[in-house]
Amino acid sequence: MRVLIAKPGLDGHDRGAKVVAHALRDAGIEVIYSGLKRTPEEIVQEAIQEDVDVVGLSILSGAHMLLARRVLDGLRAQDAADIAVVVGGTIPPRDVESLKRLGVQDVFPMGTPLPEIVKAFRRAERPGGEG
Amino acid sequence: MKELRAHAGFPIAPAYGPEDLAGVDFERDIGRPGEYPFTRGIHKHMYRERLWTMRQYIGFGTPEETNARFKYLMAHGQDALNVAFDLPTQLGLDSDDAKAEGEVGRVGMAVDTLADMEAAFDGIPLDRVSVSLTINGMAAPITAMYYAVAEKQGAAPERVVTTPQNDILKEFIARGTWIYPVDPSLRLVADLIEFSARHYPRSNPVSVCGYHIREAGCTTAQEMAYGLAIAAAYVELMLARGMAVDDFAPRISFNFTAWGKIFEEVAKFRAGRRLYARMLRERFQASNPRSWMFRSLIGGGGSAFAVQEPENNIVRGAYIALAGALAGAQTMALPTYDEAYTIPSPKAQLIALRTMQICAEESGAADTADPLAGSYYVEALTTAMEKQILDELARVERMGGIVEAVKSGAVQAEVARQAYLFEQRIVSGEIPKVAVNCHVGDRPAEADRDVELYSFDPSTTEAQVAKLARIRAERDDGVARAALDRLADEARGSANLMYPIMEAVKAYATLGEMAHAMKRVFGEHQEAVRL
Repeated sequence: MRVLIAKPGLDGHDRGAKVVAHALRDAGIEVIYSGLKRTPEEIVQEAIQEDVDVVGLSILSGAHMLLARRVLDGLRAQDAADIAVVVGGTIPPRDVESLKRLGVQDVFPMGTPLPEIVKAFRRAERPGGEG
Repeated sequence: MKELRAHAGFPIAPAYGPEDLAGVDFERDIGRPGEYPFTRGIHKHMYRERLWTMRQYIGFGTPEETNARFKYLMAHGQDALNVAFDLPTQLGLDSDDAKAEGEVGRVGMAVDTLADMEAAFDGIPLDRVSVSLTINGMAAPITAMYYAVAEKQGAAPERVVTTPQNDILKEFIARGTWIYPVDPSLRLVADLIEFSARHYPRSNPVSVCGYHIREAGCTTAQEMAYGLAIAAAYVELMLARGMAVDDFAPRISFNFTAWGKIFEEVAKFRAGRRLYARMLRERFQASNPRSWMFRSLIGGGGSAFAVQEPENNIVRGAYIALAGALAGAQTMALPTYDEAYTIPSPKAQLIALRTMQICAEESGAADTADPLAGSYYVEALTTAMEKQILDELARVERMGGIVEAVKSGAVQAEVARQAYLFEQRIVSGEIPKVAVNCHVGDRPAEADRDVELYSFDPSTTEAQVAKLARIRAERDDGVARAALDRLADEARGSANLMYPIMEAVKAYATLGEMAHAMKRVFGEHQEAVRL
């Protein structure tokens, strides 16, 4: 299973993204980390080129609705809607359902236990993946 | 018996006694408050003469909205300001830049031109209120705007007290608002320090932050070690410019966190003050006692708090305030209980201010200087912390020094590794967190959502973009263009860029225009992405 952990937008807080990346890697998942300040378009391209199962977006700036929508739209436009998108960060409760309605598979607000996040990534693996 | 470790990693004994103070020399290592090496604090009478400054971090939406919040908190007894800027401002993007979409006014107030800073400080006398500016990559232009507003208000330069954060090295390590490559970024830091030392003698032109590095995951000892290493790097930078150490070192300030184990935090600051004093006096040969003083904002970060049962964060905030008071803070700022959800509501901000006031006025923690001095435990911890900080400083040296370690990404990788180790200690329950990994009740998750939250106003961008368009239309474009050309020209040489930046600011050049003029010469930083 391959995963892209990405930091879209201008937010520079990467602790959560890196902790999740380390945990996924320890769970035997192949992890690519985008680095900071990637545009949604760059993230879509990297997800497709790297043929990942899941894109994990980490956003602590409050701009999660817009950025998640851009990534989801970008994947759909490139026929890559089978790549799941999950979002973690400073997400107020009222936005969790809104993100899911947009097509985000899972949302990890602050305080989500690390093992739960790893399990959710596992669930999002595409059928036919090498496991 | 369960083994316990400090956040820094060393073991904590179940009891301490005189045998644990072997090797500690009272006069040499501890001394008296207000005396070298300042282990016990930088002032003789500490809070009996002057309480710490209360400086909540505030900023959201437009400068006009932020101005109203400033006045609200000042009316409730906050005596100084600490300004939060939105991410486009921190990164030198105008509010109408495509990259700023969705981020205008989100995590701080939006600033495009001098007109915004005029609005933010409208009715706030800058010769009487001290203001911290949490700005780094764009510290030079934003501080120039601040100085220009002060000038317009008629404030005498020697009465202007501002603390631009201006600590770009920690941005490369932790907070991510870097713009230019490391070397030109350092040049801008030095330009602002030099300019301020010359023209605004009471300004504190750099605030060295261990805080954000700790928030990013490093240990307590690393927080202090990296902070000291960064401070030393800036001192060396200024010495290389030919400035005498006592001409700028008295105005260096610090920003550190105090969440975690109270006694360990107190020990961290006591050890840090001692190490800093010795570094400035012995290594850098500073002779002004003010150059030896580690003056610090002590606060707490959101990572101290939890999203579960958020009201518990108010209690956690009180312990942070207590730790800060016992540690000898000059300034304090607390996170707010709703921080895990979004930026603070006015109610949450007022509770944080009240928490500091209760600690200051009611608890007795401010009654006497360094009340924990002489405690077997705290003195032993201070010694252990000092040793650990020195070990971490030696590791930084092995990475090639802090500047090289930042360029290679080695220090960033170490901080990320520590963050992961910390998270594992939370998962295992080794580091307890009430209602998170222990004493987890059966309160439904929905109850945690019943918090009154700040709601972002989507019309912010529109208002800010309209104002920007108006300023661009009203200004003398020729004057602004000429100033920007001069800025780009001088960026190619080695002159102090604060002078052309001041000129551009006064011509109402936008932040994005100034950032771009320098980007053309400096290029952009490429992050060394390492996990």
